[in-house]
Amino acid sequence: MDFIVFQNGPQPTLILKGCWTLSNLSAIEHAFKALRPALPTKGSIFINCMDIEEIDTAAMLFFIQLRREMRLSLKVSVTGVRPEFLRLFRVMLRYCPAGPTHNLLQQPVPDTLYRIGKTAINGFHDLLLFLDLIGRICMNLARSLIHPSTVRIQELAVNLQNVGVQALPIIALSAMLIGIVIAFQSAVQLKNYGANIFIVDMVGISIPRELSPLITAIVVAGRSASAFTAQIGAMRVTDELDAMKTLGFEPYRFIILPRILATVIAMPLLIFFSNVIGIYAGILVSSLQLNISPAQFLERLEEAVSVRHYVIGLIKGPFFALAISSIGCFRGLQVSKNTQSIGRYTTISVVNSIFTVILIDALFSVILTELDL
Amino acid sequence: MKESAIEVRNIETRFGNAVIHKDVSFTIYSGEIYGLLGGSGSGKTTLFRHLLMLTRPSKGSIRVLNQDILNSNEGEANALRRRYGVCFQSGALFTSLTVFQNIAVVLKEYTALSDKLIADIVYAKLQMVGLNSKAATLYPSELSGGMVKRVALARALVMDPKLLFLDEPTSGLDPISAEAFDNLILTIRRLLGLTVVIITHDIDTIFNVLDRMVVLADGRTAAEGTLEDVLRHDHKFIQEFFGSNRALNRLSMRSRHGNQG
Repeated sequence: MDFIVFQNGPQPTLILKGCWTLSNLSAIEHAFKALRPALPTKGSIFINCMDIEEIDTAAMLFFIQLRREMRLSLKVSVTGVRPEFLRLFRVMLRYCPAGPTHNLLQQPVPDTLYRIGKTAINGFHDLLLFLDLIGRICMNLARSLIHPSTVRIQELAVNLQNVGVQALPIIALSAMLIGIVIAFQSAVQLKNYGANIFIVDMVGISIPRELSPLITAIVVAGRSASAFTAQIGAMRVTDELDAMKTLGFEPYRFIILPRILATVIAMPLLIFFSNVIGIYAGILVSSLQLNISPAQFLERLEEAVSVRHYVIGLIKGPFFALAISSIGCFRGLQVSKNTQSIGRYTTISVVNSIFTVILIDALFSVILTELDL
Repeated sequence: MKESAIEVRNIETRFGNAVIHKDVSFTIYSGEIYGLLGGSGSGKTTLFRHLLMLTRPSKGSIRVLNQDILNSNEGEANALRRRYGVCFQSGALFTSLTVFQNIAVVLKEYTALSDKLIADIVYAKLQMVGLNSKAATLYPSELSGGMVKRVALARALVMDPKLLFLDEPTSGLDPISAEAFDNLILTIRRLLGLTVVIITHDIDTIFNVLDRMVVLADGRTAAEGTLEDVLRHDHKFIQEFFGSNRALNRLSMRSRHGNQG
């Protein structure tokens, strides 16, 4: 179907026909582009609109632009105009953009230097905001310590349930698997040297001191940092936080502090739980693989492994918990009123908190080694 | 005889035990501005969603532009949807896209037009709904309530629809913006000859804009017709609704106006 036909001759004429609607418009546009070189460059041209069956606003815009473009070099006369056509023509002439328009569909990609600068400034800005949050948390924490009655016991309990109790199954599974992996890998090596019994030192130190705090923290970061960000973010989107403020409920006391306290309380308990499961996995593997009976294992554990490894692991707990929960809440407060914002900040919060946990663990490692602990 | 654009016949809708519509019928003619009226919970929005093919009634028939929408396949339904323009109550703009992108994305998806022509169409539609080109680069979060509704209208108009559906277009707007938006709907209908379906309970919109309307109450069509026809009914909801102070003011203004003219 031809939408535009060009008749050359003494009276060069463009004949427009068919349904000039949006669905045909790209075909019409291409047809005109193909005809463009054949059109006269000076003199006059006629446009016959008699055979246009239907025309809509988009096609009319195209017609107006086409006419405007040809009028730059030609004398254009339009013939065969029907009343509906003329009416729509007048309407669209009013709304047709006069100057050149820019398609803003593709946003310009900023150059690398700009992006680096922007990221750096945003990072610095985030750091300041984070310090602000830490300050407010400390103030509220101090107030809670002075007036313990202001702690919201109910919120605290709900959060303890979410952060702690509900994390038990996944932490049990992770700790079990990590215990089995460590015990198995060491069993193979130790067997070669006939040093079977040293598996107790291996499992007994690595699990409580390093692996179990780290695994627990990573699981909690994945479960709870994301949950905090999403919950607080949703509250921001729906203006719930502002509503609380106007009712005199301080969000720090009602929303943030219970989450942070709950995580700080739950984390050492979870690490303890994960120690038990991890060492149990070690006992299981030793008795099956190396013929070390559970009684032998526990006896050796008591005499060979100092209690300080176990204490160090537990001490890391509250530090990890503070990092995870404050990052989770911080990112939640940054959410803006935008459907993609919650998802973005939830991702950022999990990535940030896992990274921070590993960073803190490395710091502990360096400091404790320097202290010969 | 006028050509009918939408025919709704004996609709019954139930969700579990809750009966929303018992028996609803009405006809919308081409080129008119038609109102869906009713109190909260009268099933206006559900009916609206039936017409948009988002939900289905339990019984009855709906014909839109001579197509039975309850017995059409996915392809037919999508073809019909492309002749629809819909404005949701909250605007429902895509928050991650700018105003320009919100409108252009539909054209980009459904047509193979050149970038320049797409830009021309987008700017023309923005002009049409009374926004200047400066608004094009803003994000929805940077717009006022009235502007959001205008952009949503521009997006609804971009595919040159035959039917325009508006869900409470003036709710949440100040009286001046609401009146401007009412006038905009009238202008657009006059310019483009669309059929417009509006859910509303704004007295001003009902008096100024609607050609005809249906009033839903108790799951049934309580009244249908022009404002005069509807006002003659003595259904409890109609008497309460048009008996409010604002409505009475409008009615007295209208009769005074009528006496003078």
